[in-house]
Amino acid sequence: MTVLAGGPPRADASSGGKTGSVAWMVLPALLVFVAFGVIPLLGVVGLSFSRWDGIGDIHSAGFASWRKTLTDPNLPHMLYVTFLIMILSWAFQTPVSLLIGVFLAGHQRYREWLAVLFFIPLLLSSAAIAVAYKALLDPNFGLGSGLHIGFLSQDWLGKDKLALGVVVFIVSWQFIPFHSLIYQSGVRQIPRSMYEAAEIDGAGRIRQFRSITLPQLKYTIIASSTLMVVGSLTFFDLIFVLTAGGPGDATRTLALAMYKTGFQANLMGPASVIAVILVLVGLALALLLRRLGGGGSSDSQMEGA
Amino acid sequence: MATTTAASVDSSPEVRSPRHSRRKAAGRRNWLGGLAGWLWLAVVLIPIYWIVITSFKTQSGYYATNAFKPPASPTIDNYRLVIQSDFPQYFINSVVVTAGTIVPAVLISFMAAFAIVRGNSLFLTGVNGMFLMGLAIPLQATIIPVYLIIIRLKLYDSLSAIILPSIAFAIPLSVLVLANFIRDVPKELFESMRVDGASEWTTLWRLVFPLTRPALVTVSIYNGLAVWNGFLLPLILTQSPARRTLPLAVWTFQGQYGNNVPAILAAVVLTTLPILVLYAIGRRQLLSGLTAGFNK
Repeated sequence: MTVLAGGPPRADASSGGKTGSVAWMVLPALLVFVAFGVIPLLGVVGLSFSRWDGIGDIHSAGFASWRKTLTDPNLPHMLYVTFLIMILSWAFQTPVSLLIGVFLAGHQRYREWLAVLFFIPLLLSSAAIAVAYKALLDPNFGLGSGLHIGFLSQDWLGKDKLALGVVVFIVSWQFIPFHSLIYQSGVRQIPRSMYEAAEIDGAGRIRQFRSITLPQLKYTIIASSTLMVVGSLTFFDLIFVLTAGGPGDATRTLALAMYKTGFQANLMGPASVIAVILVLVGLALALLLRRLGGGGSSDSQMEGA
Repeated sequence: MATTTAASVDSSPEVRSPRHSRRKAAGRRNWLGGLAGWLWLAVVLIPIYWIVITSFKTQSGYYATNAFKPPASPTIDNYRLVIQSDFPQYFINSVVVTAGTIVPAVLISFMAAFAIVRGNSLFLTGVNGMFLMGLAIPLQATIIPVYLIIIRLKLYDSLSAIILPSIAFAIPLSVLVLANFIRDVPKELFESMRVDGASEWTTLWRLVFPLTRPALVTVSIYNGLAVWNGFLLPLILTQSPARRTLPLAVWTFQGQYGNNVPAILAAVVLTTLPILVLYAIGRRQLLSGLTAGFNK
């Protein structure tokens, strides 16, 4: 994600000639983005210092919401669940996507067809996926009772650890194809000559993977990981439809807590505090991953961007 | 970077030159990758297979038969039930929201990207920086103030309530990808337009628009998919059944017909069908569109 690399816009194309004013062309996008992006972002900070039930008037409330949220005994658990889902889904998706991406990068005809089927989950909405899995995993009406296999008749969404595992699995089911696709196009950009040279030097397949593929995919891995990690903060649809945060609060992530606090308990102040925490965690993770990519070299990644 | 990706995807038919296939054929096989690939394909396809066959079973047949056996006498009653449950209306809502978002979003992002590439001022640099920041921030976290703004604009429970924030959320990535493509337009072409006395506005539509068409399609597909499948904005910003979009409708349908698994799955299939049809038609474009912008 170049985004994280930042950097000033480059004016290569424009340096060619004196141009009339073009600045106004940015205005429509700027206006909409400020109205529904920037102002809400500032607004969420403002609302975190207020008291509002979502309908009536908004009252200033100082640090009350912050105090309430930060001392909430459930907060550590929410953070724990959020990071656990993030880490588990990253740790599962990355190696699998990498393997599959390398495999799909081959140009054999059958692999192209395989890819067509493989990418179908990318097209489904999280809500539809969650609805389908909820039916599939229903202990009374789903997979287990249909097949009469005891092991599959578990109460998948009714037990804390199982429910969390199911969430991680479905997230992977939904997104591994996407990340494989990213790795596939990353692998296809590695110059063939590098492998040819390695082959002449007698390097084996695994050695080639370790010494060429992995280092060459460094930025792809960082981009894919950033998307997984920052994206996992906003898994809302899937968990909301699948478990609504349950059983108990076993799958209640920050995003879910924000929704429940704000739109079900009508406490917009504390919900805004959670939203601010979400933004800060997201920014911190994005910056951290960018740092991992090597601060200096990320500029060169912007080449042509 | 996006440029390179898309370029390489576009050129993939040429890339599939005999040289590479020979290298693969001669090279050792990637057993581990192959194993992972086929295994995960099974993991992907088994639930989809189950969804499809179950949607053609009767409710009683569903409990009576093996879950993975296709129905002996398929029925389309489930689909009839779904269609009678106002799904055509929800479908239209989804189409309106998706089209209403991507057309303006892509056009204004395109203009902004053009200005950012062609212009040369502190103001434009600042605006670009702001868009880039928007990519690192989980915009869903701003939903509460968005809700407040929508209420104050008296747009709550309308399709515009979904469209306006969706446009804003689509802008950062669209501007980034489009600016990358516009930078690739050769300087000489701009120069010759200028010599011909064309204004920037004319240059934008006559020169740059046709040249960046693949990027515009890519950005439209990416945003279109996100909006079509969006759940949070419709959930929070609308209320009445008449404004429901498809993802929300599937969810409420499940609440209504909790035990009728075949009917629920028919709803899942029906809401996905339009996208699957588009996928079948424009597969290559769609797949390249999804990853453009994520590789160097």
